[in-house]
Amino acid sequence: MADVAIPRAKPQISEDSAWTQLKHNRNWLGFWFMVPAMAFLIFFLAYPLGLGIWLSFTDTRIGRVGHFVATENYEWLWDDSIFWLSVFNTLLYTFVASALKFAIGLYLALLLNENMPFKAMLRAMVLIPFIVPTVLSALAFWWIFDSQFSIISWSLRHLGLIDQNINFLGDTTWARICVIFANIWRGVPFVAITLLAGLQTVSPSLYEAATLDGATRWQNFRFITYPLLTPIIAVVMTFSVLFTFTDFQLIWAMTRGGPVNATHLMATLSYQRAIIAGQLGEGAAISSAMIPFLLAAIMVSWFGLQRRKWQQGENND
Amino acid sequence: MSSVQIRDVRKSFGNFEVLHGVTVPIEDGQFVVLVGPSGCGKSTLLRMLAGLENITSGTISIGDRVVNNVQPKERDIAMVFQNYALYPHMTVADNMGFSLKLRNAGADEINKRVKRAAEILALAPLLDRYPRQLSGGQRQRVAMGRAIVRDPQVFLFDEPLSNLDAKLRVAMRTEIKELHQRLKTTTVYVTHDQIEAMTMADKIVVMHDGIVEQMGTPLELYDKPDNQFVAGFIGSPAMNFLKGHVRVNGVATFEGPNGVKLPLKTAPAASDGRPAVYGVRPEHFTIADDGAEAEIVVVEPTGSETQVFAKIGGEQVVAVFRERHQFNPGDKVRLKPDPALVHLFDDATGKRLNA
Repeated sequence: MADVAIPRAKPQISEDSAWTQLKHNRNWLGFWFMVPAMAFLIFFLAYPLGLGIWLSFTDTRIGRVGHFVATENYEWLWDDSIFWLSVFNTLLYTFVASALKFAIGLYLALLLNENMPFKAMLRAMVLIPFIVPTVLSALAFWWIFDSQFSIISWSLRHLGLIDQNINFLGDTTWARICVIFANIWRGVPFVAITLLAGLQTVSPSLYEAATLDGATRWQNFRFITYPLLTPIIAVVMTFSVLFTFTDFQLIWAMTRGGPVNATHLMATLSYQRAIIAGQLGEGAAISSAMIPFLLAAIMVSWFGLQRRKWQQGENND
Repeated sequence: MSSVQIRDVRKSFGNFEVLHGVTVPIEDGQFVVLVGPSGCGKSTLLRMLAGLENITSGTISIGDRVVNNVQPKERDIAMVFQNYALYPHMTVADNMGFSLKLRNAGADEINKRVKRAAEILALAPLLDRYPRQLSGGQRQRVAMGRAIVRDPQVFLFDEPLSNLDAKLRVAMRTEIKELHQRLKTTTVYVTHDQIEAMTMADKIVVMHDGIVEQMGTPLELYDKPDNQFVAGFIGSPAMNFLKGHVRVNGVATFEGPNGVKLPLKTAPAASDGRPAVYGVRPEHFTIADDGAEAEIVVVEPTGSETQVFAKIGGEQVVAVFRERHQFNPGDKVRLKPDPALVHLFDDATGKRLNA
């Protein structure tokens, strides 16, 4: 043989068994590291989502296997004024609550970023609404807005400003204001703390440089803080909008969608139709109808989250 | 352009005073370097000049105007920061034009001045880039460009070269000095690097623990340091210090550690037996038969010169020779300080004793 002349040992690798080779294959090993996460996502996200969409095309009810009915559920919903009311409510709720959460959150973040006494304690306090379980805070709000025992009504009556209790959760406008208020109260800490984290990444020397360049406090915010904060704002507002749009707990604990469906969101209506009334197919259709809205929100954030030109390129700090 | 007067300026953070009455006169067009070890208060002084820190007492004036209570933006100064503080979301051109934009200058005016500054600093091809896409030296130049565009009364530099590598630092040093020679704007430059101070300054202000130790031209400070601190701070390798006593028996000598005799040109009046510190720069040693006996410890050739670490009377000193002696560790040589160039300091106060 030709290789007799070469007094070198044959490379060992080719003699390894297929199993040994596989063990050293990075892709194969990587696959197994990925499996737990993949399994988790498939069983708890992809499967329920797929099942929900499938159910929306059937007439399944609790305790009875359904038949495929094509788009019948959606056709029903198209003519259902309560469904359209819930869509309107959800959009109103999401839009108003998110906008106010952003405004208040940004204000708080800017405030907490200043040097002031008891800074650490104030920062911790801001987080409190976030720590309290949603249902507990909803119950507290339920009492605060109670038609008979409301502390707000009581205070205003004793101050002589009103003669009789405000029917907070019984009046359609008031009920909407109340649930939006409760949602804002709960959501502000998340926005504030995240934006505060973003603010703290802005180097103080940038503000000093801008001050020497002649910037006022407002110009500091407008030309330095805000542009540098936009990537974080995009992330935090995406999450805020998604959480608000799919909110269920607060509404269910405070109003159950009442009065006269004035606070019914798509999530609560879906629960009511599917679980309480047992019409799983119809409930699934309402839930599935949320998908286009959520996708739209994600698309907006996806474009918002694109790395801006100034974030690109080499970073050799 | 204008002069700057710093008069008896003090600064306290709470109860802690960091500047204990600093007076520095700066002439119109001068390049003044504040130098000192970290924590000496040099950066604080610069920030007070910029208006980023308020003044606890004393006055700072720019031109004829006391600026203690003048807003930073109205002081007509420009500052280059250690980390450059470039706005990451603006292009080089926008970074440089930002101050003009804030002053509502017209687009044409901004364009013209940015272009002019970019030409001076060879930044023209980079005007559309973002800071992230620039190298360290380019960022440094943009930071200077931002200052130049404003055409201010005073330039302030806060350790502008400390984020650059050694080679670039030397190049930028020359560039900044050249820029100053061209623009002739009054400049205050803070650094902890005495080489930077020596090479760039018209006037060096050596600071230490919140006071000014000495002010003067680089060579004044080198040739005649007022005290042991300045003597040790200026010059590299640092001056050698040997403790001992002045002896005057007809001829003045210095009795160093373990009775080593070292030459003195003259002794201060009535100083026989006075405890003192004998200072000699490494380059002022020569090999001579009447020198003090020394044992060589380490020899470090750098090519242009050779640094020799040796022990005199048990104390380690360093000598620098431009000639190429053949020394080996353990060799005994005789090192003689040049008596005309030695320094004598008070043992207790560190004040200079000889004229």
